Amino acid sequence: MAALDSDSDEDLVSYGTGLEPLEEGERPKKPIPLQDQTVRDEKGRYKRFHGAFSGGFSAGYFNTVGSKEGWTPSTFVSSRQNRADKSVLGPEDFMDEEDLSEFGIAPKAIVTTDDFASKTKDRIREKARQLAAATAPIPGATLLDDLIAPAKLSVGFELLRKMGWKEGQGVGPRVKRRPRRQKPDPGVKIYGCALPPGDSEGSEDEDDDYLPENVTFAPKDVTPVDFTPKDNVHGLEYKGLDPHQALFGTSGEHFNLFSVGSERASSFLGDVGLSKGRKLGISGQAFGVGALEEEDDDIYATETLSKYDTVLKDEEPGDGLYGWTAPKQYKSQKESEKDLRYIGKILDGFSLASKSLSSKKIYPPPELPRDYRPVHYFRPMVAATSENSQLLQILSESSGKAICDPGTHSRHQLNASKRGDLLGETPIPGSTTSVLEFLSQKDKERIKEMKQAADLKAAQLKARSLAQKALSGRPQPSSPDLGHCSWHMASSGKTAATRASDFKPFAKDPEKQKRYEAFLVNVKQGHKDALERCLDPSMTEWERGRERDEFARASQLYVSSHSTLSSRFTHAKEEDDSDQVEVPRDQENDVNDKQSAVKMKMFGKLTRDTFEWHPDKLLCKRFNVPDPYPDSTIVGLPRVKRDKYSVFNFLTLPETASLPATQASGEKVQQHRGPDKSRKPSRWDTSKQEKKEDSISEFLSLTRSKVGTPKQEPSPLVNKEEEHVTESLSNKMVTKGADSQTEVEGSRPSMDLFKAIFASSSDEKSSSSEDEQGDSEEDQAGVGEADFKHSEETDLVETSPVAHSIEPAPQAPAPSFPIQKMHIEEKSLARGCLLSSAPMLVRSLRYLKRRNIKRTKKNTKLRKSTDEGKRSKRNF
Amino acid sequence: MAFPEPKPRPPELPQKRVKTLDCGQGAVRAVRFNVDGNYCLTCGSDKTLKLWNPLRGTLLRTYSGHGYEVLDAAGSFDNSSLCSGGGDKAVVLWDVASGQVVRKFRGHAGKVNTVQFNEEATVILSGSIDSSVRCWDCRSRKLEPVQTLNEARDGISSVKVSDHEVLAGSVDGRVRRYDLRMGHLFSDYVGSPITCICFSRDGQCTLVSSLDSTLRLLDKDTGELLGEYTGHKNQEYKLDCCLSERDTHVVSCSEDGKVFFWDLVEGALALALPVGSGVVQSLAFHPTEPCLLTAMGGSIQCWREEAYEAESGAG
Repeated sequence: MAALDSDSDEDLVSYGTGLEPLEEGERPKKPIPLQDQTVRDEKGRYKRFHGAFSGGFSAGYFNTVGSKEGWTPSTFVSSRQNRADKSVLGPEDFMDEEDLSEFGIAPKAIVTTDDFASKTKDRIREKARQLAAATAPIPGATLLDDLIAPAKLSVGFELLRKMGWKEGQGVGPRVKRRPRRQKPDPGVKIYGCALPPGDSEGSEDEDDDYLPENVTFAPKDVTPVDFTPKDNVHGLEYKGLDPHQALFGTSGEHFNLFSVGSERASSFLGDVGLSKGRKLGISGQAFGVGALEEEDDDIYATETLSKYDTVLKDEEPGDGLYGWTAPKQYKSQKESEKDLRYIGKILDGFSLASKSLSSKKIYPPPELPRDYRPVHYFRPMVAATSENSQLLQILSESSGKAICDPGTHSRHQLNASKRGDLLGETPIPGSTTSVLEFLSQKDKERIKEMKQAADLKAAQLKARSLAQKALSGRPQPSSPDLGHCSWHMASSGKTAATRASDFKPFAKDPEKQKRYEAFLVNVKQGHKDALERCLDPSMTEWERGRERDEFARASQLYVSSHSTLSSRFTHAKEEDDSDQVEVPRDQENDVNDKQSAVKMKMFGKLTRDTFEWHPDKLLCKRFNVPDPYPDSTIVGLPRVKRDKYSVFNFLTLPETASLPATQASGEKVQQHRGPDKSRKPSRWDTSKQEKKEDSISEFLSLTRSKVGTPKQEPSPLVNKEEEHVTESLSNKMVTKGADSQTEVEGSRPSMDLFKAIFASSSDEKSSSSEDEQGDSEEDQAGVGEADFKHSEETDLVETSPVAHSIEPAPQAPAPSFPIQKMHIEEKSLARGCLLSSAPMLVRSLRYLKRRNIKRTKKNTKLRKSTDEGKRSKRNF
Repeated sequence: MAFPEPKPRPPELPQKRVKTLDCGQGAVRAVRFNVDGNYCLTCGSDKTLKLWNPLRGTLLRTYSGHGYEVLDAAGSFDNSSLCSGGGDKAVVLWDVASGQVVRKFRGHAGKVNTVQFNEEATVILSGSIDSSVRCWDCRSRKLEPVQTLNEARDGISSVKVSDHEVLAGSVDGRVRRYDLRMGHLFSDYVGSPITCICFSRDGQCTLVSSLDSTLRLLDKDTGELLGEYTGHKNQEYKLDCCLSERDTHVVSCSEDGKVFFWDLVEGALALALPVGSGVVQSLAFHPTEPCLLTAMGGSIQCWREEAYEAESGAG
């Protein structure tokens, strides 16, 4: 009890019950030492401790492992006479005795339920009850309830009561001067910091008159207001996951499991006092509805974008300068106000904060441009998925707005690979998510610019008419539409300039490149005679014509597809990084000889291909057939890895060529049916070493070495004519590196074949009519095209001036009729089969061209093929 | 006294029209006998599959569940289940008695031209214009085919199955025979797009019809040409061909509304049976008797030999 005896002790408040004073001569009791403390059950029997997690004090049955029924577990016995009663086991059946006792988890004692407990705590219900009482037929009928209501009060209440506290009073030392006016209804507490001054004050004064001076009063029961400043960046009233509520569901102050957040614990505790009536569990849309929550928010509400404004308008009246993006003068006024110290009457019970709030950092708003209009239109909605992040980027860039550097990208726009890039990780091959990422850097730039070009279509339209005029004033180019689109491509405003700066199709020939850039600039400026100006006046008319075509094609190659490329493709089955592709090991041979065999009705060996084929194990099982290849893991045709860009993947030419039709007949099938299952000798059966030679890198290094020593003598070859051709080949490789207009060694389709495929019609015309000079020009054109696509070949290209000087004029005229020449040269070797397979070759090469294959690679393959052709020839 | 061996009856060709059934299911895309030849299936363009008794002309059941026209059907060896494939790219396994869909195999990228059960009806082989033959397992609940035979370069027009072989004819002009026992694939080049293939009943030959209006009889093992049968017209449609019940004759549909019979050995035209004015889309030959079913337009016709007299009640 609080000691209220004397005035001197008035300030001293003591809580609790004092110990009984010791009697004279009695010694204070010593506490029982720990080892002597024993646990006994209610019958006084000693209880053994079994371990905290193995039963505590109550393992087993009387410290045995048995049960009430004995050692053996009970069995279920039920007979007709003696029906076993269906016993439904409740949780009590598995509880220990003491759990059911008064202090256990399921006490079996009579307790007052909430219905009868003191109702003073439940204010809302109290109010309702009062209302009911007022409207009841017998007013004040609830008075009886109040009288007989049993009290169920918490321990805290009990303790406080024992210390002299009464319901309705505040906690703390008693106050003297400001007596507390006793309310008629003590249950109603007053929340808030201060009562409004007025009649209540007056009434208190009124009361004061009757109060003696020496009477002290209990403090008011007020709930302290939380003055902790909001220093986080969460929204107003945002409450994070409260560990108390999340874990216990009740606002218990037991223990703070999250010691990490100890600095926040105090605020939690403060909250807990405040939030007695708060909903339990976690609330907020971010967390969904917890199991403990009683009322659901509309969790199925769909967040549609239509709920949001897509235009930030000035809702404020006037000049639209208000708002949170308001310019400075509006903001600064408020700021100055804030800095003023509060001067004036401080309410009772309040004091100026000793700790200033200066710790809160205030970041100045960004400077707004003067001509900024606070209306924002959102870009078209493109979901920022990994697939179209590129598209997003392109979109944002194409809009001509602030081209943000990658650092300022929103993190939502980054995908895994981009983040990896930022972190400096090496990308995992094959894991890229966008087709565009398989493209080389140059190609990406190209695509971007194409996109820009597409956006500037309006500008192009104007430029197109210009270009039309310019074209009409000149001899018509061979392919008008081709030149056409190149023209307005080139004239597409600033893109042309940027393109010219980073894209050098004629980097090999600096002068030509210069002319090309001048051409672009001229076109951009809208000169009608753009081409005329930039062309070299010293050139012949024919050369000019060539160059015009080249330029046109150079800029035309730039625009070939649209930027929505990414949405049209799916992932490749094979990694694009690897230069290998899986192809069936054996391929059906060329159709053409079969066609002729069919025509001759020579069915049988000629028309039949036999392959090793692996049926699925399950299929064999279902067909009741033993698996022919029990140890194989292959299903279907065996596949092998091949160089991806190998012409052989699409050609079956040398083999069919080298295999005489008559020879193939018997043994081929025999080998297949033979028990050893040895497969037929194929050209794939070359050794690993040979395959390696095949690779492109090998060839590139070879070419580079040749570039290093340009005057290298051609290796001696068997045949004089071959020597000549190879010489020109090597020279051309030196000069052009990636030249596609391949000079072919003796036993391959001549270069004219490729010309027919790759060169434009004008090229074709010239190749048949022009002299050697024309040929070299053509080669240059080819190089230009090749360079468009492959930046990595520029290092080869650097040596071009030297190469030019040493390029010899071959003595023999260039072969003009591709098929014929091939036919003649191949006749002995391939017995005409090659001729018949020429269309196939053409088709496959077109295929390659479509796929933008590096010409160097083709070069190698072709060389390789002829090598092998020779080899097989020797074998025969 | 020993009787001389009775002379084998000369083969009779079905040329007497016994029945004409109006199927009432749009155009009949295919007509197929069941395993013993007592019943037949008609695949309609109105997405239904119907089971008939062709001799009596009674409709036994209609199977509906396809999403598009039914292009081919086959019955299992025990007559307990049917399979069908259609333009909805699905292969459907039916229960004969209940008429319910047992399984629906999806995976083809194009319409399914042809379906076949294997000998024990544990696998359905389906050929589609997506140039693949897919082997669907009827036993397990797997959604994916057991194996996909995608060697063909063009659509598969016809698939036939023997006990250990899968024969697939493709529009790319090749007949591919997958020999499961040997683990080999034999690809025979015919040149023209193949419309129909079938094994001879002795299992030694394959009959191949192609769009160059030619039927070829190829030796199964060597691929050699044993016979060539021309005279009919087949240049546009996927028409059926087959061999007669005793392998004596080669039978083929024709676009000029006839069914052509050739003597297998001699290769001479034995009979050009006029069916109607339209294209004979499909035909099926009875497995044991000289009985032919042809499909033209929305109806099917049943043909028997000249001497045939409808047995009362026999069906």
